[in-house]
Amino acid sequence: MSFGNLASRLQETMKKLKSRGKLTEKDVDVALREVRLALLEADVHYKVVKDFVNTVKSRAIGHEVLNSLSPAQQVIKIVDQELAALMGGTQSKIALASKPPTVIMMVGLQGAGKTTTSGKLARLLHSQGHRPLLVAADVYRPAAIKQLMVLGEQINIPVFEMGEDDPVVIAKTAFQHGMSHGNDVIILDTAGRLHIDTELMDELKNIRKETQPHEILLVVDAMTGQDAVNVAQSFNEQLGLDGAILTKLDGDARGGAALSIKSVTGIPIKYVAISEKMDGLEVFHPDRMASRILGMGDMLSLIEKAEASFDQNKAKELSDKLQKDGFTLEDFQEQLEQVKKMGPLNQLVGMMPGMGNLKQLQGMEVDESHLKRIEAIIRSMTVEERRHPEIIAGSRRKRIARGSGTRVQDVNRLLKQFEQTRQMMKQFTSIDKKSKKGKKLFSLFQ
Amino acid sequence: MGWKNIFSHREKTETDVELQTEEIEEIAEPISKSGLFARLKQGLTKTREGFVGKVEQLVRGRKIDDELFEELEEILIQADVGVPTTMMLTERLRLRVSESKSTEGNQIQVWLKEEIVQLLQANNETLVLSDQKPAGIMVVGVNGAGKTTTIGKLAHRLSNEGAKVLLGAGDTFRAAAIEQLRVWADRVGVDIIAHNSGSDPAAVAFDTVAAARARDCNVFILDTAGRLQTKTNLMAELGKVHRVVIRELGRELDEVLLVVDATTGQNALSQAKLFSESVPLTGIVLTKLDGTAKGGIILALAHELKLPVKLIGVGETYTDLQDFDAKEFAQALFA
Repeated sequence: MSFGNLASRLQETMKKLKSRGKLTEKDVDVALREVRLALLEADVHYKVVKDFVNTVKSRAIGHEVLNSLSPAQQVIKIVDQELAALMGGTQSKIALASKPPTVIMMVGLQGAGKTTTSGKLARLLHSQGHRPLLVAADVYRPAAIKQLMVLGEQINIPVFEMGEDDPVVIAKTAFQHGMSHGNDVIILDTAGRLHIDTELMDELKNIRKETQPHEILLVVDAMTGQDAVNVAQSFNEQLGLDGAILTKLDGDARGGAALSIKSVTGIPIKYVAISEKMDGLEVFHPDRMASRILGMGDMLSLIEKAEASFDQNKAKELSDKLQKDGFTLEDFQEQLEQVKKMGPLNQLVGMMPGMGNLKQLQGMEVDESHLKRIEAIIRSMTVEERRHPEIIAGSRRKRIARGSGTRVQDVNRLLKQFEQTRQMMKQFTSIDKKSKKGKKLFSLFQ
Repeated sequence: MGWKNIFSHREKTETDVELQTEEIEEIAEPISKSGLFARLKQGLTKTREGFVGKVEQLVRGRKIDDELFEELEEILIQADVGVPTTMMLTERLRLRVSESKSTEGNQIQVWLKEEIVQLLQANNETLVLSDQKPAGIMVVGVNGAGKTTTIGKLAHRLSNEGAKVLLGAGDTFRAAAIEQLRVWADRVGVDIIAHNSGSDPAAVAFDTVAAARARDCNVFILDTAGRLQTKTNLMAELGKVHRVVIRELGRELDEVLLVVDATTGQNALSQAKLFSESVPLTGIVLTKLDGTAKGGIILALAHELKLPVKLIGVGETYTDLQDFDAKEFAQALFA
């Protein structure tokens, strides 16, 4: 039942059409039916979908089909642009008070991930040179205070708590405490509550009145369905939200909630949580989210990740060396190290267009242990062997297999694969001497 | 027309909020058997007002035509019923319309209710625990679905029914999850088996089964750490915990329950699918139905996966966990 990759589905549908030149109304209708389904399947709010489809339709009809693009690609491009525009165009950051401390209040439904996200946000701000203070104002859920304290200890951020006192009093006292202890950001972790729970919403209003937060952030589970809009709207009407944080995006939820919230309430999504680990909070990129909702992968993030992890100088060195001496197992090992730095492989695969939502790939994790085995094999070689793999004959293979705890077949396979890669690299370097560094990397994994 | 419905509904929210508080105050009453139905209704008030109210508004005085069906689809999709299940339902309604040649809009509402009851009833099962001691329940789900709270409520209910209950704190990952379950154990007055945070959940599971047997408990309930269904490693860990439990128990567990948040959209289908690949799910617990979420996802779960919804959480207090009864649910929805 999965709608999989919208892009490929669109291609499929549009292939049947033979339109050249301009997009006709019929072309667009056919394509937009798929778009509509994809958006609904991604939990984008019904009303937003309807609006959106109309906008795209009026923009796409009569549009010239560019030579370089097929009609399907043309529609995708328009859809993608409109989606990104709808989601806020550019990213918006947290507004820090000109006169510290900045007070950030985290609100949301039960189980959205407020406590964990508070911790992640504190860690992020701390890494940017701030001195955050976490405040345990969830006095209702059993052990919520303890949870924040444990998190605080893990990430080395102070946590203010007063047990199960009145949350309004806690917030007020915490503010004083932060002032006198030189904290420039105060993060209030409030209890999860239903937006229709008047009593608890009043409590939030009182906390707001007492602490005058600069940022009130709604924490929203990326898996939320059509109700996300009601929740955001209600919190916004009662408290005046400054932004939202989308959590649990590391699953396979498309996160249509994000689009709906932004387009109905105008509240920008500021961060997304993408891992259970404490460093798993990232700035939100609307354009990337657009691609995710449509199942088109997130090539930009991937490229950026690659750029951040790859040592520019090393890449240059490697490229020079390749042209001089060819590719050796030493280089191969080094590249493996670089790739590992980019993060878990399954995350990377998810970012490649079309890959994240391929049925075959769902639940299949890229086997990291396979990489480890390759590394072990290479490490069991002598320097001489790494530089000149052709000298590795039968008895050396046996030794390497023993040394790395693998089988001779594994060693054989690696050497064969390496030989193929080397051939490929040769072609690359000879055809396009100035090929982008990214290209080389990917060729290794094809 | 459909648009206006949405907006007029929205304007109503303020008064809705007031209504809701009054109802919440009523909940404080001691529970009687007859009170259960009333509370289910209270918990579902929002669903009823949102979903059924819209259907009612839609069909009143209308003739059946394509436009009406389109708007009906809209309402169903907005209730998180999902595209395939919505299509199935409207298809069946269209069939009935053409068979009966009825043109009265009101008829649609009656039929829709029948279809919903039929869909849900086909998979209607309640919690089944064997008399063999100990019976075993394992609770799984994504992060923040409400597993620990559900276990607290379930423990309260079972021990009220006279069962000797033992809890297993199998969430050794999330900060303070063990403490959270311990608070519930203290409140309800049942024993708990817990290791240190960060320890092996399979070891906790093993000890829970062994202790349940040694202490002659009627039933043990094993908590597990929340995990997203796409994390293969964590799902494999869950599979291992399950294997350890059934090996030690010497038979299958009585219940392996997937906890799903009612506000969840179409992702619940993926959750149910992928979790059932790691552990043999016996049913679903739908939590947080007291919000404004329509909970329409249970229709999709029933239609696409044939997984029975066994329990529903309709409120914050620990008496607010109830058996799911398709008829009663639809009744409350349309009352």
